[in-house]
Amino acid sequence: MTETVLVKGNEAIAMGAIEAGCRFYFGYPITPQNEIPEYMSKHLPEVGGTFIQAESEIASINMLLGASATGSRAMTSSSSPGISLKQEGISYLCGSQIPGVIVNMSRSGPGLGGISPSQGDYFQATRGGGHGDYRTIVLAPHSVQENYDLTMKAFDLSDKYRNPVMILGDALLGQIKEPLKIHKYKKKEFSKDWILTGTKGREPRLLKSLYLSEGELTEHNWMLSKKYQRMKRSIMFETHFLEGSKLVVVAFGSVARILKTSVQMVRDRGMKVGLFRPITLFPFPYDALERISLSIRNFMAVELNTGQMVEDVKLAVGHKKNQVDFYGRPPGSIPSPDELFNEIKKIYKKRIG
Amino acid sequence: MKQVFKRPEALIDVPFHFCPGCHHGIVHRLVAECIDRYGLREKTIGVASVGCSVFLYDYFYVDVVEAPHGRAAAVATGVKRACPESFVFTYQGDGDLAAIGTAEIIHAANRGELLTVVFVNNAVFGMTGGQMAPTTLAGQETTTTPSGRETVTNGFPIKMAELLSVLPGTTFVARAAVNNPKNLMRAKKLLRKAFEVQTNNQGFGFVEFLSACPTNWKMSPDQANKWVAEEMIPYFPLGIFKGETV
Repeated sequence: MTETVLVKGNEAIAMGAIEAGCRFYFGYPITPQNEIPEYMSKHLPEVGGTFIQAESEIASINMLLGASATGSRAMTSSSSPGISLKQEGISYLCGSQIPGVIVNMSRSGPGLGGISPSQGDYFQATRGGGHGDYRTIVLAPHSVQENYDLTMKAFDLSDKYRNPVMILGDALLGQIKEPLKIHKYKKKEFSKDWILTGTKGREPRLLKSLYLSEGELTEHNWMLSKKYQRMKRSIMFETHFLEGSKLVVVAFGSVARILKTSVQMVRDRGMKVGLFRPITLFPFPYDALERISLSIRNFMAVELNTGQMVEDVKLAVGHKKNQVDFYGRPPGSIPSPDELFNEIKKIYKKRIG
Repeated sequence: MKQVFKRPEALIDVPFHFCPGCHHGIVHRLVAECIDRYGLREKTIGVASVGCSVFLYDYFYVDVVEAPHGRAAAVATGVKRACPESFVFTYQGDGDLAAIGTAEIIHAANRGELLTVVFVNNAVFGMTGGQMAPTTLAGQETTTTPSGRETVTNGFPIKMAELLSVLPGTTFVARAAVNNPKNLMRAKKLLRKAFEVQTNNQGFGFVEFLSACPTNWKMSPDQANKWVAEEMIPYFPLGIFKGETV
């Protein structure tokens, strides 16, 4: 039986995590994600879990590293400046192949910036974010329901690849209240032949990222690189109205949600516009976009920043006679569907006529 | 014939990489003896730190997770909370614990985490080549205090054992040295206590070991042991700062 509840986006993430078997949460307060630690502090103990309000973001991610090293499902959440602090730990998680789910309900930067919706952390999230040649899987929900569903998915992907997974949202997705259909998590089994539990009946195990012997680190990095390639099997995206379209709007997360209305508005006026929404930002759906570019030549990236994901769109389709336009809105205000409707119309008139 | 001395089972039979006269090898052995003594080898999870002690996993026959620099106490918190039946220890140097990891150790101690922390204080950053540590003595020459540590510009050597002992969360806090047989025998007893407070679910146990670093001190092992006695111990007094006597 599915139950429908009215909850905030942040609460949906916490609910999805507990449903997926997350029993350890470590965090530090920062707006606009505080409902996540607040929910966890109340509800984790009810299911035998542990909540720790840590002394810092750095301590939080390292507590997650420790809990995950024993094979438990663990999560931390924060917002942009806090995520910057966690990057040290995320790099170690990747290097040591330890899973974990990290939520970034991002603020707007740089620096302390503000708390309004922003997609300014796209590069940080998708290019590793800390030191070293690593990647985290990045999931970008665009609704309260997806916050819930993708959080469950994040734990599975994290265990599957033994790699941290980041959920990238913003104030809009954290604070919005929407109906949420609660459903049971389908438990999956993952190999646990690496977890630390003490050596009873087996040889010692070691989780580390330091490789000093000649050639060892090169080999380790190639192994990780091959794993990042394998993650392509887990690519997710959503498309709307691509059939017969002349222009494809590409957007993720909160702005994609607004664009669903804008795209409908331009279509109502006879313009042939489709929408492509990456759900995994890493791995990015390059191949899917490239296939689309065989029949549609015009693309328009829309972001709540001054141009980040557009680079990936260009990598996917920016060749031959394809056109990639960009509309960006730096943090400080949320564009209305009308405003984005006008921006799409401008590009459509310029490229298609 | 009765065997009276052997390698602890928790110690892998390989030579240490430590420099001649370094005390890490002795402290490693003491930790391994304690693991054996309390039958903990199969339930121990060690948390390695960054510095000369990072190769912990090459020497201890236990599960090990490597922590980022200074974060061992936070990593250990996660391990112990998630796996409460395990025995968890961190092994950290002074740069790791008393400089970059100050926040993590203070708050783990203050939460009263069920952990055993082995803190090796040799008054320098050892692995990076002998730079000033937070524990470097006033006037001590290092590669970044070539004219000696001036407290006016560099602050004072930090006394971690005393500092942690005032936190209500700690159960056992002591300082030991292994520069002579008498101090070594005493150190053994203090470390046992720091193990017992965890195995008896009493709380946070911490032992600071004053340790020689002849290479970076530019001394012979003998001179270094003498320096521990004459320079370090007067500033860093040995003893129990929190908890029952042993």
